[in-house]
Amino acid sequence: MARFLIRRTLLGLLVVAGVLALTFLIARVVPGDPAASWAGPHASPQQLAKARSALGLDKSAPAQIVDYFSGIVSGDWGTSIHTRRPVLDDLGTRLPPSIQLVVAGLILALVIGIPLGIVSAVWRGRLPDFFGRIVAVAGVSMPVFWLALLLQLLFFQRLHLLPVAGQYDPGLDDTNPLTTITNMTVVDAAITGNFAVLGSALEHLVLPAVVIAAYPAGLVARMVRGSLLETMGETHIRMVRALGFPEWQVYLRFALKPALNPVISILGLVFAYSLTNTFLVEAIFNWPGIGSYAADSVQSLDTPSIVGVALVVALLYVAANFIVDVVQASLDPRIRLR
Amino acid sequence: MKLEVRDLSVAFGEQTVVRIEALDLSDGEVLGLAGESGSGKSTLALAILGLTGQMGATVAGSIQLDGRELVGMPEQELRIIRGRRIAMVFQSPVSAFNPVIRIGDLFLRALRHHGVERADARERANQALREVFLPPEMLARYPHQLSGGQAQRAAIALAIALRSELLIADEPTSALDVTVQAEVIEVIRRLQVQERLGVLFISHDLAVLGELSDTLVVLRAGEQVESGPAAQVLEAPQHAYTRELVASMPKLGGALS
Amino acid sequence: MTDVATAVTTRRRLLVPEALRGNYLVLGGGLVLLCLVLVAVFAPLLAPFPEDAANATHAANGLQPPSSAHWFGTDQVGRDIFSRVLYGTRVSLEISALVLIAAVAVGVPLGVAAGYFGGFIDDVIMRVTDVFLAFPALLLALALAAVLGASAENATLALAITWWPWYARLARGQAASVAGRQYIESARALGLSNFRIIGRHVLPNSLTPVLVQMSLDAGGVIITVAGLSFLGLGAQDPTPEWGLMVAHGQAFFTTHWWVATFPGVAILLAAMAFNLVGDGLREALDPKRVIFR
Repeated sequence: MARFLIRRTLLGLLVVAGVLALTFLIARVVPGDPAASWAGPHASPQQLAKARSALGLDKSAPAQIVDYFSGIVSGDWGTSIHTRRPVLDDLGTRLPPSIQLVVAGLILALVIGIPLGIVSAVWRGRLPDFFGRIVAVAGVSMPVFWLALLLQLLFFQRLHLLPVAGQYDPGLDDTNPLTTITNMTVVDAAITGNFAVLGSALEHLVLPAVVIAAYPAGLVARMVRGSLLETMGETHIRMVRALGFPEWQVYLRFALKPALNPVISILGLVFAYSLTNTFLVEAIFNWPGIGSYAADSVQSLDTPSIVGVALVVALLYVAANFIVDVVQASLDPRIRLR
Repeated sequence: MKLEVRDLSVAFGEQTVVRIEALDLSDGEVLGLAGESGSGKSTLALAILGLTGQMGATVAGSIQLDGRELVGMPEQELRIIRGRRIAMVFQSPVSAFNPVIRIGDLFLRALRHHGVERADARERANQALREVFLPPEMLARYPHQLSGGQAQRAAIALAIALRSELLIADEPTSALDVTVQAEVIEVIRRLQVQERLGVLFISHDLAVLGELSDTLVVLRAGEQVESGPAAQVLEAPQHAYTRELVASMPKLGGALS
Repeated sequence: MTDVATAVTTRRRLLVPEALRGNYLVLGGGLVLLCLVLVAVFAPLLAPFPEDAANATHAANGLQPPSSAHWFGTDQVGRDIFSRVLYGTRVSLEISALVLIAAVAVGVPLGVAAGYFGGFIDDVIMRVTDVFLAFPALLLALALAAVLGASAENATLALAITWWPWYARLARGQAASVAGRQYIESARALGLSNFRIIGRHVLPNSLTPVLVQMSLDAGGVIITVAGLSFLGLGAQDPTPEWGLMVAHGQAFFTTHWWVATFPGVAILLAAMAFNLVGDGLREALDPKRVIFR
């Protein structure tokens, strides 16, 4: 197991180095003048020159690369043009709410997707399978920004069931102020025992989480269906039937766990995909996460922020894949020995 | 224990895949079922356990276990017989075990499913392993950590632990090396003698069948073409097909004993 | 043994029509896809107000609900949404086709080279794809489109750059497995040039999974394009791109729901159709080798 971990870590670091290189290319190989966008459209030539040297653009290319890498490593990720704050600080405040949202969405996706896939597999070829597959394909094909608007209209506007803006009821800031520790409302509220905010936060989490869950739920359902059907054809299932186990136990106690293997392997990918989906969804829900930060950065052509977001999401993706690999290896004994 | 098969036919839609006129198996007896690949041998094995309905097959005729008719028996009753009275081992031993469950866990689940208490189950599992010459730490392993021969013996041990009276062995040695084959056959022979286990041994390998079987039944394209005492069938085959099979056996001098 | 052979061939002959015939979902998807292509081709004939898909605006007629004159209502500058959705089919299908063809044109040769020659070339190309694949699609496309400038062309370029690594990976896997086979060795022994071998043996065998993957990807490309346009990074007004139209409708959504709804439905239907057809192709042709995304 240790050797496996070391190998994976080294591979991960290699990819990270490549990611840094690519983001540098994106950041620097920009048609147009970063100094101009920093200094603003009415800058004088002196201000432009000051901006240029402040951004390090007057140095040679190799020096810029070195500056960039050492900057990243030492925590200087540049300064955001639209917030005027260090990008790293921005990321620190904006990332946790999105992580909370994506995790909630993924949990929901598994809760919906796995049973949906099982139903499709068990009743393969019949009506439940038909509907299950349509729902799964719809989930995977859904434009999330459109779904967000639709759910807002339905559950907030028409039915008045669920809130749509912000992470919790702002009125609670006066009555039950929330102490910020992790910057994730649900976690902070739970830790500090602030049940009023906890309830409101969970309520506000529902709609955005459902929107984020649509794609992964559909994907998981399809994968579980396929994987389960494949597993059911294997010899060890025949053996278990020959031992006298009823069919429902064959599915749930003996086929499901090996069938979930491929599902676990895509969780990292799904996490990263969902994180980028927040770019399209957070603004609609007034969610103060990295998604709305990225959307704002795009609107204002804030290159340092955009690159910072790209970098942190890519790094998170590499980390997520690493964690998934480790989890898989601990669950499936065959992988460790490879 | 007495297994009697009469006028059995198993069909997939229009196509009849297995046709057995008569087949008898009692305690302590080994019945060898011979035939080439695709001759319906495995389908017969599954039909005895009532597992062919799953695959969409229709079964007609009679399969009686101690006088009880298995064809058409309701699922709940069949499930009590599966594993507990009739056990089955498969051709690829390692892939016959669930890859993410430890061997011991599978033993426990199967035994508890058939009503054995937890403590008894553990004791039975250990005892069964001893009878197939496997060390008790095998129970802690995963299937892929076992060799083919070990896995096959573990599968047989499961049948022992469940106190099955009839063992259906579907090509149990075909995927194993010759030396390992001999070990597995030896284990089966011991069980036949000591536990009076009835064995339905399915194989395409006449030499192996000749070594172990008391009675031999020859299947050709699913059709029962010859049956009788093993020695008689091999030395004086009546049917042309049997004669072909016997003739194609590699003779190393004294192959039949 | 001949029984086995006939059994296998009969099964395969049955397999293809059965997978496509009995599977209503795939048929449905195929039908919708056909309609989409027809709509894209005949948009000028089908759209009641084709000029609305170009530069025309009718400010006085803004935000009209669906009616017999305007089946999908009008948008904020009075343009007929039905016509714009129809023309949007062209935009989406064009962009997807360009993206995928470009991705395949770059990715497949690189992947085949990597798989066939192996060694250093393989290592280098695979590390490069690893780095690109470390970025989720929308993210990379977004970053590229943001720095290149917002336009449909740049979005197409950004997406092509985002998608090529998948095809390089896929082609490499295929080429590597084919290259190891014995008939390639014999071809080499006979003195055939590498180019010939790749062209006649390696490439054709790699095509099926590439085609299946393309049909599966088309849905994803459409959604990603729509997402980029929704953020303002893709097609610009007055191009009738579906994602852009949803963005336009976002501001009035609670009061004038039709502006954003119908383009969204179009995106959903188009993506579903491609996904269903892709699924069907995968089941019929090559169940194991396609990358699941």
